[in-house]
Amino acid sequence: MNMKSIPISAWVGIGGIAIAVLCAIFAPLIAPFGEREIVGEIWLPAGGDFVLGTDNLGRDLLSRLIYGARTTIFVALAATVISFALGMILSFAAAVMGGLFDQLFSRFNDLMMAIPTLIFALVVLAVLPQYLWVLILVMAVLDSTRVFRIGRAVALDVAVMEFVEAARLRGEGSLWIIFREILPNTLSPLLAEFGLRFAFSILFLSTLSFLGLGIQPPAADWGGMVKDNKDGIIFGISAALVPGAAIATLAICVNLVVDWLMKRTSSLKGGRGDA
Amino acid sequence: MGSGPITGPVLTEGTARDPGAQSADLAGVPAKPHPADSAEIGGTFWRRFVFRRPLAALILKRLGLSVGLLFAVSLMIFGGVEALPGDFATTYLGQSATPQAVENIRKDLGLDRPWSERYLSWLGGAVKGDFGTSWASKQSVSEQIGKRLGNSLFLAFFAALISVPLAVGLGMLAVQFRNRMPDKIINVISLAAISLPEFFIGYLLIMVFAVELGVATFPATVYDSMSLAERLSAIALPVATLVLVVLAHMMRMTRAAILNVMSSAYIETAELKGLGTFRIIARHAAPNAVAPVINVIALNLAYLVVGVVVVEVVFVYPGMGQYMVDAVTVRDMPVVQACGLIFAAFYIFLNMAADILAILANPRLRHPR
Repeated sequence: MNMKSIPISAWVGIGGIAIAVLCAIFAPLIAPFGEREIVGEIWLPAGGDFVLGTDNLGRDLLSRLIYGARTTIFVALAATVISFALGMILSFAAAVMGGLFDQLFSRFNDLMMAIPTLIFALVVLAVLPQYLWVLILVMAVLDSTRVFRIGRAVALDVAVMEFVEAARLRGEGSLWIIFREILPNTLSPLLAEFGLRFAFSILFLSTLSFLGLGIQPPAADWGGMVKDNKDGIIFGISAALVPGAAIATLAICVNLVVDWLMKRTSSLKGGRGDA
Repeated sequence: MGSGPITGPVLTEGTARDPGAQSADLAGVPAKPHPADSAEIGGTFWRRFVFRRPLAALILKRLGLSVGLLFAVSLMIFGGVEALPGDFATTYLGQSATPQAVENIRKDLGLDRPWSERYLSWLGGAVKGDFGTSWASKQSVSEQIGKRLGNSLFLAFFAALISVPLAVGLGMLAVQFRNRMPDKIINVISLAAISLPEFFIGYLLIMVFAVELGVATFPATVYDSMSLAERLSAIALPVATLVLVVLAHMMRMTRAAILNVMSSAYIETAELKGLGTFRIIARHAAPNAVAPVINVIALNLAYLVVGVVVVEVVFVYPGMGQYMVDAVTVRDMPVVQACGLIFAAFYIFLNMAADILAILANPRLRHPR
């Protein structure tokens, strides 16, 4: 791959993601104030000591935004990675083994997908205790249904190729076929899917936090910050819009990169047009 | 799992991807060992029906499938929740509850009965439209839902009314100007719009139109005594938010669906034999593009049903979504389960409608090989 072939839009996306990740990693070094530190009056306008103003409790908005990047990106990434591991292993196993195993998992997956994700999450989170790992697992399991469907479709395409047949005939086990034959040949579309799921995870986590069911205060998280500051909107205070814009920007950046990855994959396949 | 109907090909996938499974399914009964049997028209009533009215049989099959799916979903919403670790009573009271208090509340809410018994009585009530009483307010759940469901549908209906024609129109425009400036602009804007969370769009609109300009109302409260015009002006901003949320999705999918048709070989043939653009679109592309576009619309309407949840919370609109979110925060399970089931029912119904309409619009799907 050559650096010049990457379009500008993808560079913008990569840059945006890099900034967010740097903020997340070096949060304590970059942030001017502490995550939970009350530094002034509530809802101070932007400018002066506080670059973006203060929030509903008088905490510095910029500092919380930087710390929030940490929580949001970590949880979304963890959920995506787990959902991918789960969805891909199960879908590849289903594609390779076929038969009853495939039927069982595919039908169960169809059943899970018959309930809208957000509604399912609301029902499940109403019962489960509010821990961070519970939230990550719920997001991961719900998301893995989508990964399973894509993974199975892609793997089925590859599983009927001659080289897989050859591997089977020379007596390789299922694990070899999954990891050495199918996985390398499906990596490209799945990478694009990973980006897409990550963007979706960010939005989904923010939505849950916004509804008060995601990350619990006082931890800073972008969706939760919108919820904290939403009452200011009526008085014309834009504090709630800042974290909202951060979520939107990060999601757009991820989507820009995904868009480029997808175009690349489809051109590799020799697809007609850009559909 | 465990119910019969869902073991067939399920809704959205079955039409295109699984011709083998579907033809086996179409025969109505499991294939008998000797092949001569399949040529005979006689046999069971269902078989003759399939032979004479293949379309009606196919549609009946989808309906049955959806009912079975809904049943399985109800089992999942009730039983799956039951199987999860954690006890309602303990979580309900918090960590510091005494064993006696937990015991009392379990008895009070009827949790001491076995779950199968509770599930059957819940399902029996749900079929009749009775979802029990709320744990938090002790009021009838059905009564509350009755009021709010209408509000939510009102909101979703107007959002659909505006977004569907707009999305299809813009999608066609993007195809017409493919890879030129208008298409690129539409593409970038829609990519951005997909990435915006619903609540951000909502608050942005409130900030601009309700606070800065003062032309719209916030919060979007509606009550019984309001006239239609007042209601419409109250829901203007929520509807605008929903439209923006689904528009980009729907438009991108429409564009992809039409482009898919436009890049097929018969369109190229039509182009090469010198037909005009309009004639190609009207006679060759449109009939083939109807099915995927209908599918796109139905899928996005299903998405709209869910999008309503967040938008209602943002605009403090008295609908189902807000009812459900409030119930989830106080762990009011009867309300959560009832709302969950109703949302899932709408979702399944719209997916089924997409499937049936696709079969009606595309004769090829009626005769799977």
